[in-house]
Amino acid sequence: MELTGIQIYKFLPKTNCKECGFPTCLAFAMKLATKSVELSLCPHVSDESAQQLESASRPPIRLVTIGAGERKIEAGNETVMFRHEKTFFHQTGLFVRIKDTEPTDAVAKTAAAVSGYSVERVGREFRLDGIAIDNSSGDAAAFVKCVEAVKSQSNANLILMSNDPAAMEQALEKASGDRPLIYAATADNWERMAALAKKYNCPLAIYEPGGLDALAELAGKLTDAGIEDMVLDPGARDFAASLTTLTQVRRTAIKASFEPLGFPVIAFPGEGSADADEEAMLAAQQIAKYASIVVLDSFAPEAAYPLITLRLNIYTDPQKPIQMTPGIYEIGQPSADSPLGVTTNFSLTYFSIAGELEAAGFPSWLLVCDTEGLSVLTAWAAGKFDAMRIGRAVKNSEIADKVSHRKLIIPGGVAIIKGELEEELSDWTIMVGPREAVDVGPYLKQNQA
Amino acid sequence: MSAVQIPIEKWTGNIHQITLGGSGGRKAVTVGGESTLPFLKFEGEIPNKPAVAIEILDCAPDDWPPHLLSAWGDAVSDSAKWAKKAVEYGADIITLRLRSAHPEADDTGADQAKAVVDKVLSAVDIPLVILGPGVAEKDNEVLAAVSDTARGQRVALGNCEEKNYRTLAATCIADGHVAIGHTPLDINLAKQLNVLLSEVGFPIDSIMMDPDVGALGYGLEYSYSVMERLKLAALGGDGMAAMPMICNVGVESWRQKEAKSIEGMPDGWGDSERRALLWEEITAMAMLNAGANIVTLRHPKAVELVKATIDKLINGKM
Ligand code: B12
Ligand code: SF4
Repeated sequence: MELTGIQIYKFLPKTNCKECGFPTCLAFAMKLATKSVELSLCPHVSDESAQQLESASRPPIRLVTIGAGERKIEAGNETVMFRHEKTFFHQTGLFVRIKDTEPTDAVAKTAAAVSGYSVERVGREFRLDGIAIDNSSGDAAAFVKCVEAVKSQSNANLILMSNDPAAMEQALEKASGDRPLIYAATADNWERMAALAKKYNCPLAIYEPGGLDALAELAGKLTDAGIEDMVLDPGARDFAASLTTLTQVRRTAIKASFEPLGFPVIAFPGEGSADADEEAMLAAQQIAKYASIVVLDSFAPEAAYPLITLRLNIYTDPQKPIQMTPGIYEIGQPSADSPLGVTTNFSLTYFSIAGELEAAGFPSWLLVCDTEGLSVLTAWAAGKFDAMRIGRAVKNSEIADKVSHRKLIIPGGVAIIKGELEEELSDWTIMVGPREAVDVGPYLKQNQA
Repeated sequence: MSAVQIPIEKWTGNIHQITLGGSGGRKAVTVGGESTLPFLKFEGEIPNKPAVAIEILDCAPDDWPPHLLSAWGDAVSDSAKWAKKAVEYGADIITLRLRSAHPEADDTGADQAKAVVDKVLSAVDIPLVILGPGVAEKDNEVLAAVSDTARGQRVALGNCEEKNYRTLAATCIADGHVAIGHTPLDINLAKQLNVLLSEVGFPIDSIMMDPDVGALGYGLEYSYSVMERLKLAALGGDGMAAMPMICNVGVESWRQKEAKSIEGMPDGWGDSERRALLWEEITAMAMLNAGANIVTLRHPKAVELVKATIDKLINGKM
């Protein structure tokens, strides 16, 4: 939980001795809340208070890092049940499972495809996060060989899946530098898995399908054994069980501050579905409803792409819409006499109009104004897309050199600013475009004739 | 180690229950009534599962991408045939969009609308949702006319908008139909329209709301959160947020580039047909998890998958 200054103040000595460098304990508490100073500056705070403060400020769901390189991911540290309450912080890590029973060349091929998967959307790079290597063969040598084959083709993060601590240790010998997630400690093997997690300094998943009581008990034992970075698999596989159980785990961790369940959760949609399409649906549900890591059994770009899009939507901060960099954008390959429109830098707005222009087959120019990520009408209502701002954007850009004409199309929604904008840009003709982007094709057709 | 105490929500409200059809020889479909968040049966009742509507038009579509069009074959040239096919493919409800009345389409009028509604009503015995072309004057013209044609069949008519609801509301009430109130992605506007519709005399079991669908990658997160907030408000006891939600997933998903484009796309987009389908299916999945009571779809395969998913969510053991 993020503590406020007032909450922190309760744990301080309240003597205002100034030794921390602040005039009062409250002032120090306020500074602590912003995390810009350390508690150790106060020499008088008791060990007990310090400990209480530490446990009160601990996030209800622990932040766990998986991986070591630049592709490492963080899972957990969520604080709400619904994204509108604040935001979801650490987007679901998407992994693809490879079994060590598959032929080596197939393993290498899938590993390369998953690790190399990359496509751009809304100005961002879409990637998958890693590969889960499953010791399905039960044979340690095959497991190690598979790990090596994957590593030779991939720099993505790893999950090592085996219930056999001996096989796990051999795989960790090869891969512990990548800080893989060890999957999984169970009621039977947890002591030896815990020892491996400590020895190789890797996060540890717990698999306990026997209900949340049993899961919490096992997590408690591992905590007592000194394991901090854990990931939970409550074993709930199908649509209903996954939704119910993952909701209950998240809620118990956040609302009841119940520490044994305060860890990110991992899900395996392939095990709860009949085919690849159902798997994609279940994965979609799990991205929305509380899985921090989703391990897919099948990899196909046409499924990965919508799932990553969904992940981006769900994990977008509702307070900070995704923005475009303001500037001049080319739709198709425009020439000096192609039409010019102006729009805002809310990426949804931009992609709506850009998409329609493209679909309508009109190469054109779009001048994207800085409206701090607001849509056309919202920005207009907030005074961020008015004649002055648009005028300035036109003058400060090089658009006048790029087009030979002087016609600027504004969105129909802000027709009302036409007059003012004409004053602002006296050598330009301001044309009122359609209200909706969908109508831009017919509009351009008509205005070219 | 103490046993886990799962916090249970004690909701005080529930979603209003609405029945479409159920008279004049038409099958009944009832939605809403739940007293818990979507599919969470451990702390409330879900008397009715979400329904799946298939959207058909009153004319051959001119902007549907090939993957969608080919699924329907020549059924698209005849609304009655199309509706029958939709029933075969598992539709609980037919959503008939009077597209031809749009001034940019054929600008057809009341007579044509009445004829097509009559035809579809005779062709199938499941409930209908009838949507106007989405232009105020034309909506008022054609929807008022078809309301009369469908009298006694308890269909749903839409859309009522904040600026244009009086005409439609009046005929809907007179003919015993259900109204769909549409508002653009805003919880307060949605509630306000429900208030307005209640004030003109709609019974509480005759209003549905369409809080607006943003497709996957095109504002889905706004719809998702607005719907979650409406559902939470309803369960918290706000009756004006408790109208069942209908989500036009098909039209929004199939408009998008990811569903329409077939060639020349990056490798990372993968197979175009399956991608297009998943665009509709995953949008539907998100809307269902956010609280949709009816999802309106376009592709038969998406209908099959979404229906199977709903059944698993409703019938699965927890
Ligand atoms: C989501 C939303 C918000 C979000 C912001 C989301 C964002 N990033 O912008 C939040 C909740 C923050 C918000 C806040 C406010 N909002 Co607001 N908001 C909306 C809502 C529901 C949807 C806006 C949206 O995202 N539309 C989708 C985008 C893609 O649409 P768009 O940008 O207009 O683009 C379309 C067209 O304009 C066209 N287009 C775009 N560019 C171009 C370019 C050319 C050349 C052409 C031809 C066409 C074109 O293509 C797009 C698709 O058709 C609308 C209601 C509505 N449905 O419009 C109200 C709305 C825009 N908001 C409104 C208001 C008043 C506000 C606030 C002032 C409310 C308040 N009192 O606090 C604040 C202002 C913001 C601030 N001060 O921070 C009013 C504006 C009223 C008016 N007519 O001026 C609206 C219309 C709601 C209403 N009916 O009252 N809002
Ligand atoms: S040093 Fe500690 S006790 Fe003294 S003012 Fe600072 S916070 Fe208060």
